[in-house]
Amino acid sequence: MLEIVIASSIKVIIVVIAVLTGCAYATYMERKLVAHFQHRIGPLYAGPYGLLQPMADAVKLIFKEDIVPDKVERYTYALAPVISFIPAMLIFAVIPFGKDTSVFGYGIKMVLSDLNIAVLFIFAITSLGIYGIILGGWSSGSKYSLMGGLRSSAQMISYEVSYGLSIIGVILIANTLSLRELVNQQASDSIWFFSHWYVWRQPLGFLLYLTCAIAETNRAPFDLPEAESELVGGYHTEYSSMRFSMFFIGEYANMLAVSAVGATLFFGGWQGPFVNTIPLLGIVWFVLKVFLFMFFYIWLRATFPRFRYDQLMNFGWKILLPLALFNTMLTSLLVALKVI
Amino acid sequence: MNLDAVIFIISAIVAVLGASMMIFQRNPVMAVLSFMVSLLAQAVLYIQLDALFLGAVLIIVYAGAVLVLFLFVIMLLNLRTTKELGPSSSLMRHLGKYFLSFLLIMEFVFIIKSSFFKGASLVGVMNMKPEGFGTVTSVATLLFTKYLYPFELTSILILVAIVGAVVMARKDKNIDRPTENKLGKN
Repeated sequence: MLEIVIASSIKVIIVVIAVLTGCAYATYMERKLVAHFQHRIGPLYAGPYGLLQPMADAVKLIFKEDIVPDKVERYTYALAPVISFIPAMLIFAVIPFGKDTSVFGYGIKMVLSDLNIAVLFIFAITSLGIYGIILGGWSSGSKYSLMGGLRSSAQMISYEVSYGLSIIGVILIANTLSLRELVNQQASDSIWFFSHWYVWRQPLGFLLYLTCAIAETNRAPFDLPEAESELVGGYHTEYSSMRFSMFFIGEYANMLAVSAVGATLFFGGWQGPFVNTIPLLGIVWFVLKVFLFMFFYIWLRATFPRFRYDQLMNFGWKILLPLALFNTMLTSLLVALKVI
Repeated sequence: MNLDAVIFIISAIVAVLGASMMIFQRNPVMAVLSFMVSLLAQAVLYIQLDALFLGAVLIIVYAGAVLVLFLFVIMLLNLRTTKELGPSSSLMRHLGKYFLSFLLIMEFVFIIKSSFFKGASLVGVMNMKPEGFGTVTSVATLLFTKYLYPFELTSILILVAIVGAVVMARKDKNIDRPTENKLGKN
């Protein structure tokens, strides 16, 4: 009993630190990449290649004055950044990071909690993330924040439907809701190590997942909740200091989370070449896949202009949802006919 | 006392507290949040009964969708203060309230009495659990075999509700035009 508690605590601490560091360096990565996309250099002075920039940002944000406007609803105002941050971290509780190994004779599962309804858990947690934005927007007592909150709630509810449906294809083929099972099914010993990845059997599902995930995390080109050209800063207009940075970390943690889920569902998670001989290589493959997802996100942000609000809604309900339903029906048919 | 009992007691207390806070709060947003806390605690209770699927669905449907819509409506109406909720209700309304609470309490008494005499306390229920209880497979099997007709009828009910909502929300052009004309004249 005690061993389990100690082992899980160590794992939780390692994962939390890893995710937080990942968030910090995701901001660095974004600034650096967007700078190069725009023919600039980006952060350069804090440490070699500006590598200490996230630390400098964190210190600055912590020491800034925390300004609370007069007309805010105190409790919800304080609660909102926390609510937007916690669900994104919780998703990492069910994601397998690597092949199970043993250290000093102890068998270690490379996942915090091997839930057999992990996919549903992810849905449940993702759907809670919206509260941070809604409450933050509402409790600020500002028009811009309220508009940002309203937009985000409408947007996230609309895209959550397609988001859920886009994953159903994989679940139908895999016949399981456990992420561990899903990753194991995508293993392949041949030289074509990627041949069993679900992205080949669910191309449409993957594209839908990618699109909806961007909308769910409020990233460009779907970043309407914080459209700075019309809403100043959206739902976090009235936040400053550490409260603002919690929204910020929450957004990046969300990006990391949907990237990790996407890598696990469609790209075989930690599976990759030589993973059977060197188990720790699994973590490397996993991080690499998440990194590629993040790169794609930032690339998109630097490439596309923001959607208009009605375009966003039309796209969600009139294009994505029918496509997702079509994909679900097609996959069910193919599974029933035992084609895939 | 084992860990299960501790978790049960904590989440049960949180569930009841959240539900009562939902009723006693005058701030509508806080009421919705209390409801959410209660739902999360209820999900923990479901999961403790090995009904993982039910617990997850409870959060996805209620906390994730229904309550967000509640918040949405509250924000649109911008109900901030208690004054906007209207004056305190009259004696007649109080009577109705007490009558309904009385019915509810009688229901509780009935349930507790009948199940206690049959010996179906918590331990009994846990032991009667059939094989594969609460898994997605068993819930799906029941839904698509034994309860297929109620399940399908519910979907028709929801469809009717959707159509009704669309009809009610659709802008009536005859109502919109006069305001436009007025604006034009002014």
